[in-house]
Amino acid sequence: MTAARAAVEPPWTPSPQQARREAWRRARARRRSAVSLASTVVVLGLLGWLVVASPGWQRVRDTFFDPSEARTVAPEIIRAFVTNIEMFCVAEVCILALALAVAVVRVLPVPGLAPLKVLAIAYTDIARGTPTLLVVLLVGFGLPALRLSGLPTSLFWLGVVALTFSYGGYVAEVLRAGIASVHPSQWASGRSLGLSYRQTLRDVVLPQAVRRVMPPLLNDFVSLQKDTALVAVIGVVDALRTAQIDSSRDFDYTPYVVAAAGFVALTLPLARLTDYLALRAVRREQGVSG
Amino acid sequence: MTLLALSGVRKHFGSNQVLRGVDLAVAAHQVVGLIGASGSGKSTLLRCINLLETVDDGSIEFDGHDISDPRVDADAVRRDIGMVFQAYNLFPHLPVLANVTLAPRRLRGLDRHEAEADAQQLLHRFGLSDKAATHPDQLSGGQQQRVALVRALAMRPRLLLLDEITSALDPELVGEVLDAITELKADGMTLVMATHEMSFARSVADRLAFLHDGQVLEEGPPAQLLDNPHHERTASFLRRVRAG
Repeated sequence: MTAARAAVEPPWTPSPQQARREAWRRARARRRSAVSLASTVVVLGLLGWLVVASPGWQRVRDTFFDPSEARTVAPEIIRAFVTNIEMFCVAEVCILALALAVAVVRVLPVPGLAPLKVLAIAYTDIARGTPTLLVVLLVGFGLPALRLSGLPTSLFWLGVVALTFSYGGYVAEVLRAGIASVHPSQWASGRSLGLSYRQTLRDVVLPQAVRRVMPPLLNDFVSLQKDTALVAVIGVVDALRTAQIDSSRDFDYTPYVVAAAGFVALTLPLARLTDYLALRAVRREQGVSG
Repeated sequence: MTLLALSGVRKHFGSNQVLRGVDLAVAAHQVVGLIGASGSGKSTLLRCINLLETVDDGSIEFDGHDISDPRVDADAVRRDIGMVFQAYNLFPHLPVLANVTLAPRRLRGLDRHEAEADAQQLLHRFGLSDKAATHPDQLSGGQQQRVALVRALAMRPRLLLLDEITSALDPELVGEVLDAITELKADGMTLVMATHEMSFARSVADRLAFLHDGQVLEEGPPAQLLDNPHHERTASFLRRVRAG
């Protein structure tokens, strides 16, 4: 790029005045990074020292950060994370499908859909208002108690159903907000070409809406990743359940800390991706034309 | 007295050299029109003067101070240099009165009462008295642009930059905005305006500068520049504008 620019650009070297300005800017940049580095080292160092030097630190370390205990339980807990990841992947797909259907039902102006619309509104209200843990208990223990044929009996699938029900409400609302945020002129230009309401929604409005709500959508999925741990209460042996078993066997809380570290590590990539997409959206909004 | 003096101002975006050494002087109470084809750098030049863009070289002196120096407080400079944009850029979440009073209340230290009295006076002057409580999206383009002018004026700027402020307007609404500018000139406001309205530029500007390829190719009194341009490029630009 630099080479290409040099080729088309007439010879121009910065004036001495500009060189001085650039030098000052570089010096300022150096000053700023020095200050941020120094303040970070001092503050974090002080905090670390305070924690380690505090009188209870030895007990805290033995209870929560026992290295040998961590080494023993880590492989088991990491293997158990496969269940969480599987559940997250399956539930995510189900949630997107359900949420999209609910969001679309709520915006489509088709009179025949009125009963569905009422159901969709009731669903989002109930799903968002009910604690996820309660839904997991209700589905995990309640559904099998019905002894109906055709209902899933595996704890894994019951967990997926519960998470889908709970998260579908949130994600549907995020999608609906995205659809509502697309300017009416986009509907008008789609319809003016002769596209039907449905075609305009699918090919013009939804793609813009989804792009716009990507950060909040991913935020919900970050939250879903850790909430897969809630299914531990109905007996699914996931990372949390495994940690719980280890912990009660060894009378040590280190397994919980290991599981917590695992959940954080699991959500980090998605969290960073969310940050990046949000930043890109901001940059795009602020982009100015010459 | 020279209020604004640009010398050798350069600006590029990526490989696109937008300004390649612009020299321009504007005296106090003078109205200078910038003309030139789309992409000739008029908007970029105005944005550089308002410090919305950082220049790559050259200097911009405002009232004798080099405001292109990285050490200056850009916010303080902008308080004295108002700008009105082609697309109005009003704050859509605020009614007209709050659009106008926001900056004076935060920056000029006026209390709500003073700021609103001042704003009402300006709105009245530009025929907008009855719009104070209205939100921008309820106004016509011409009204919005006059509100944008009032918003800039409420900071009592010493220099006002106008970036093709009639380009987004319906033809029948252009007149009301141009009348407002004519009034500002009568008040003695110093104006630098990018414009496509040649007849207006002729009647209101004291001097015109023709921007071509990121440089001021030619400048002079409107009558001379529009009727007897020295440069063939200026002449061909004017022929194209008049044909269109």
